[in-house]
Amino acid sequence: MLSLNGVSKVFQMGTDRKVAIQQLDLVLRAGEFLTIIGSNGAGKSTLLNLIAGTFPPTTGTIRLAEMDITGVPAHIRARRIGRIVQDPLAGTAPSMTVAENLALAAKRGRRTLRLALPARMRRRIRDQLEVLNIGLEDRLNCNVSTLSGGERQSLTILMATLAQPEILLLDEHTAALDPSNATMIVRMTCAFVEMFGLTTLMVTHNMEQAIELGDRLVMMHKGEIIHELSGEEKANATVAELVDLFSKHHVVDDELLLERVR
Amino acid sequence: METLFIHALEQGLAYGIAALGIFLTYRILDFPDLTVDGSFVTGAAIASLLLSRYGFDPFSVLVVAFIAGAAAGTVTGLLHTKLKITRLLSGVLMMIMLYSINLRIMGRPNLSLLRIDTATRLVDAAWSGLGPFAVLFFIAMIVIGVKLLLDLFLRTEIGFALRATGDSEAMITAQGVNTSTMKVLGVAVANGLVALSGALVAQYNGFADVGMGTGTIVTGLAAVIIGSTLIRSSRIGWMTVAVLVGSIIYRVAVVLALRYGYVIGFQASDMKLVTSLLVILALVAPMFRERRQRKVRAC
Repeated sequence: MLSLNGVSKVFQMGTDRKVAIQQLDLVLRAGEFLTIIGSNGAGKSTLLNLIAGTFPPTTGTIRLAEMDITGVPAHIRARRIGRIVQDPLAGTAPSMTVAENLALAAKRGRRTLRLALPARMRRRIRDQLEVLNIGLEDRLNCNVSTLSGGERQSLTILMATLAQPEILLLDEHTAALDPSNATMIVRMTCAFVEMFGLTTLMVTHNMEQAIELGDRLVMMHKGEIIHELSGEEKANATVAELVDLFSKHHVVDDELLLERVR
Repeated sequence: METLFIHALEQGLAYGIAALGIFLTYRILDFPDLTVDGSFVTGAAIASLLLSRYGFDPFSVLVVAFIAGAAAGTVTGLLHTKLKITRLLSGVLMMIMLYSINLRIMGRPNLSLLRIDTATRLVDAAWSGLGPFAVLFFIAMIVIGVKLLLDLFLRTEIGFALRATGDSEAMITAQGVNTSTMKVLGVAVANGLVALSGALVAQYNGFADVGMGTGTIVTGLAAVIIGSTLIRSSRIGWMTVAVLVGSIIYRVAVVLALRYGYVIGFQASDMKLVTSLLVILALVAPMFRERRQRKVRAC
């Protein structure tokens, strides 16, 4: 489905060079759910940005369903790639209403001079919101800025998955939420991924989450994949084991130590 | 005094179309566009030229003015999106270029429409039954028509994409929209409206002058700010009503100031200074108000 071949990303700041991704190869099969963990600066977000097309890779090619998308701009890729980021404010248009946001998401790609929110669309949106089961169907005409972080992120998930993208990218999308909201969002995400059979790539800081969710787990460090777990191996993995794996690669940072203490 | 207020209303509405354009860039698109000081004159210049030299009818020149303004706005948009020049500088550059272009169009700094059948003169004659309200009625009809068309446009799929571009670029890019295209489109439509306003004002005044656009951005902003302070709503239809109300209030205030300003020592030439100071005050006021929540639609 998705394949990255020899992808590197070097950020050049004046005379400073920072290698964010180094000769990375990654293949994601259709319907697969991959989780990615790694320390700060491991290149996890850069990787998602490269796939989404926020910036082009320095070297290498990115293919989506056999098509080379390396040079395709982000807004064109967005018709096939759904993305949810950490900041709940980033996924929605705050001064537009719930219904207006969903109408925007219902129409990926070509937009015309037809009315965006006819009665028929409004009914469809209400039905879709009922699935979320958080009462948003009664708040169609509320500005999104009046919604809580959890509600906004739920809306973002709905918006990202409605168009049934070929790939869903999740970039620590529960990190900014309180624990109960985070649990709700994770449950919702899994429900949608299953319902639409979405091919998913999830970046997380939470090792437990990374073990629990998905079919395959990838550990990144300094722009490289240092370890991969799948099947039985992944199902039986523990946080302590992952931390040990990281230490083998001399990756020790505060966050990892904290995980060990827990 | 009564005719004075009718004139203030007429002007408030005629300049109100320009204010709608400025509302589109400043409020909807979050793109402070200074092109308008030039494109207002471009609309006036083209309309006056076509009326006085080529015998166009006074209504179709409004359409031509819109197209000319939209072309100017397109250039500003492209300067910003393609050549990566900042938004403010793109607008300033286009405004300065338009100064020369406007002089080229007119061939001189001032074009009189003295013996021309302008829209206002035709309407005055045709609707004589309405007495002193004929012109006001005509301008109101045009303005309301433009307002409704703009509302409708902002409710289309493209209109939604435009609003979201000003709201959250990351979000709308993720929804598959090219934000550069939307910015160019928005600035183009906005300057089309400003030029249309210029063409209307030129016919109303009976002349076009190369300096008549100076301060369009500031008076437009004043209208937008006055309006949104009085009528707080996040519904498009009400927001555009607010802009027109703001524009009328501004013009009435100008008329009163010009008439009675001398009492506190003001003269007519202080107008732009006072207007700008008011806009500055309105812009910085929220900083001093203890982070007051913007009133949003009740839920």
